[in-house]
Amino acid sequence: MDLFSFFSRKPSSKDVAKDRLKLVLIHDRVNCSTQVLEMLKTDIIRVISNYMEIDEEELDIQITQTETDGTNGSVPMLYANIPIKSMRKVQM
Amino acid sequence: MSEVIVITSGKGGVGKTTTSANLGTGLAMAGKKVVMIDADIGLRNLDVIMGLENRIVYDLIDVIEGNCRLKQALIRDKRYDNLFLLPAAQTRDKEAISPEQMNKLCETLKEEYDYIIIDCPAGIEQGFKNAIAGADRAIVVTTPEVSAVRDADRIIGLLEANELKNPMLILNRIRVDMVKRGDMMAMDDVTEILAIDIIGIVPDDESIVISANKGEPSVTDLSSKAGEAYRNISQRVLGNNVPLMDLDFDKGILSKFKKLFKLGS
Repeated sequence: MDLFSFFSRKPSSKDVAKDRLKLVLIHDRVNCSTQVLEMLKTDIIRVISNYMEIDEEELDIQITQTETDGTNGSVPMLYANIPIKSMRKVQM
Repeated sequence: MSEVIVITSGKGGVGKTTTSANLGTGLAMAGKKVVMIDADIGLRNLDVIMGLENRIVYDLIDVIEGNCRLKQALIRDKRYDNLFLLPAAQTRDKEAISPEQMNKLCETLKEEYDYIIIDCPAGIEQGFKNAIAGADRAIVVTTPEVSAVRDADRIIGLLEANELKNPMLILNRIRVDMVKRGDMMAMDDVTEILAIDIIGIVPDDESIVISANKGEPSVTDLSSKAGEAYRNISQRVLGNNVPLMDLDFDKGILSKFKKLFKLGS
């Protein structure tokens, strides 16, 4: 860090490029299109809805990356944040 | 021991042909017997970069189809006796040749040459498959841009799927001034993302345009920074350990001023 970057608030365009590139590559590498992700989302909602009532508006499903213990650095990860409104009574 | 090296990138316009010409010439300057194959059928350019466009009689497809002997199609370089070019056909397309034929051609050339450098066309279709068919190793060229690095990542995946393990990377057209002010990805940024070994970095240099204008690869120009980078790359291909170029010229007054105020590292 130098004195000049201390005063500049905006991230450098290099960092923007790097972040965009990382995100693009995650999708390229897992070969998962937005349509596939949409289909996956619909399926997840359907299955979970059998057991609980969920907030579909606030639902967030995306592919990101995570660090692993292995040597490969980061691997793609399916991230899902599904807020539960209430549990359904499940017939056993 | 002969080696077939394919120069590829996925994206067009990142410097595959320039790299092929300079690496081929660089290896010839080091005394190796080299042949460069232009595999970009229909859009040949290695001949003009080498300044050999007026000497073409036969081409790659003529050799494949048996219209001439291999020796007749090979063009000897103007400067180096041990450097040859096998030009691409300009009036045909990528389907005029198969990966098997390319592989066979490489095997034949290996009997007589130390290095066979293949200039791969852009894209991932038939032309790419032909170009990599006979290769023993691959060099991927990219520039520090999102689109070029993305395509390089795709190409690395395809190379590894085709048994070309451990491709090496050339990061081309680095602008030190832009890297310094944080507007261009540097070597570390790109290698971190691609997880691949680097075989060379080449600065963005006017001498590349000038040498392309003249048809003389800049590797022969001892005053050119890009030429020096290509001479280093040639040495590394030969297995010699040459440190990566220091691109930090530190010319600007502003950068010196900034340095003065630098805290810590």
